[in-house]
Amino acid sequence: MTSQTAAAPESLLAAPDQATQRDITDEIGRLHADLERREQAGERIRSTVHDFPAYRSSLLRHPTKNLKLVDPETIELLSPAFGQRDVAAVESDLTVQHAGEPLGERMTVAGRLLDSWGRPVANQLIEIWQANSAGRYIHQRDQHPAPLDPNFTGAGRAVTNASGEYTFTTVKPGPYPWKNHVNAWRPAHIHFSIFGSSFTQRLVTQMYFPGDPLFALDPIFNTIWRQKDRDSLIGVYDHDLTSAEWATGYRFDIVVDGPDATWFENESE
Amino acid sequence: MTMTVPARTLRPTPGQTVGPFFAYGVEYDRMHQVVDPHAPGAVLLGGTIYDGAGDPVPDAFIEIFGADSDGRVPRARGAFRRDGHTFTGFGRAFTNDDGHYEFFTRAPGAAQGRPAFFAAIVFARGLPDKLHTRIYLPDDAAALAADPFLASLESEERSTLIASRPTPAQLQHDIRLQGEKETVFLDF
Ligand SMILES: [Fe+2]
Repeated sequence: MTSQTAAAPESLLAAPDQATQRDITDEIGRLHADLERREQAGERIRSTVHDFPAYRSSLLRHPTKNLKLVDPETIELLSPAFGQRDVAAVESDLTVQHAGEPLGERMTVAGRLLDSWGRPVANQLIEIWQANSAGRYIHQRDQHPAPLDPNFTGAGRAVTNASGEYTFTTVKPGPYPWKNHVNAWRPAHIHFSIFGSSFTQRLVTQMYFPGDPLFALDPIFNTIWRQKDRDSLIGVYDHDLTSAEWATGYRFDIVVDGPDATWFENESE
Repeated sequence: MTMTVPARTLRPTPGQTVGPFFAYGVEYDRMHQVVDPHAPGAVLLGGTIYDGAGDPVPDAFIEIFGADSDGRVPRARGAFRRDGHTFTGFGRAFTNDDGHYEFFTRAPGAAQGRPAFFAAIVFARGLPDKLHTRIYLPDDAAALAADPFLASLESEERSTLIASRPTPAQLQHDIRLQGEKETVFLDF
């Protein structure tokens, strides 16, 4: 490691208590049961909870006070304006960024960006980043002893079209280990960063793949405490999107949240 | 406005942490230079992000979106390509090893009858979802005092949302994710 590789000491990345998977899985179950009780008692609980101690690095980084409800002002009801000129078409194909082809299962990931009323969100930016097919990030702090792929960086961008549609070509990422607890593994995922039509709709999330055996074990996935919300992050295999002798297809539609005031903004545009 | 908002038909996609490896995924050229550092009227907006133990957070990023100095919200396309003259109002900054972030930008003008602020969003490893906040300019004490939202806060909370201006060309604003003087975060 050179001095510039570590943005933070590696010690920060390993939880000090190094619990077992069984401990963590039990904690996740207790946290979900408690959140369900609180909701039934009338509390309004957001779909991703900030206070989720099974995700150890959140312990000192989550706010302890309730978020303050505020009426959005104009700057918050509009969004930074991206355009097709911000992103080259080639940036949405993660398999053509180097001299050779990356190893792994070639994949088309496509979907629509919609608002809570089902209206397409056009001309907005989607950024993605992911591990390679062996589960290794090109990021210098990823110390997982799996091979880097000289033909794969793992970052891409697209701007949605007039119907809110986007398409990426990539390879399926591998699962990878991390240091939340002993023998901790993340289910395979692609990170998504999304701009909606208002700044309040800004979203960073992760897309997963059907049937991953690591779902129940992963404290990050389970910071989303309702099953139906977790399910909405799992891409859907779509044979109509699969292209013969080329790539399998997964559909991942994304819905950005309100608030209600954004309904008017979009109607007037 | 008398129009009623129809019922929402779709469930929003939930957010997730950016994790530790976001840097190569979301970095772009001069992303923290909303304006050129030497442009007339440029201000340096900077501060430190702290965790609940008072330690700096070195693997976070913050995004700002601010009006132009006349209070108008920029609508020019090209928030990613810094062409040297178009003001897009949007910037993104990673925290460094000391948890410090900085932007070169313009101080936003106020919307009518409102104190001026930057809209801001914080992301970090260990933060399960984004956090919205505001960074108010300290200059117009009357407008700050008259703002119904700021007035609804305890004075200690209110102070977490207002930057200081150590020099005319500098705005200083720390963000505390947790603990004493925890920054006020927003829901809409
Ligand atoms: Fe990841």
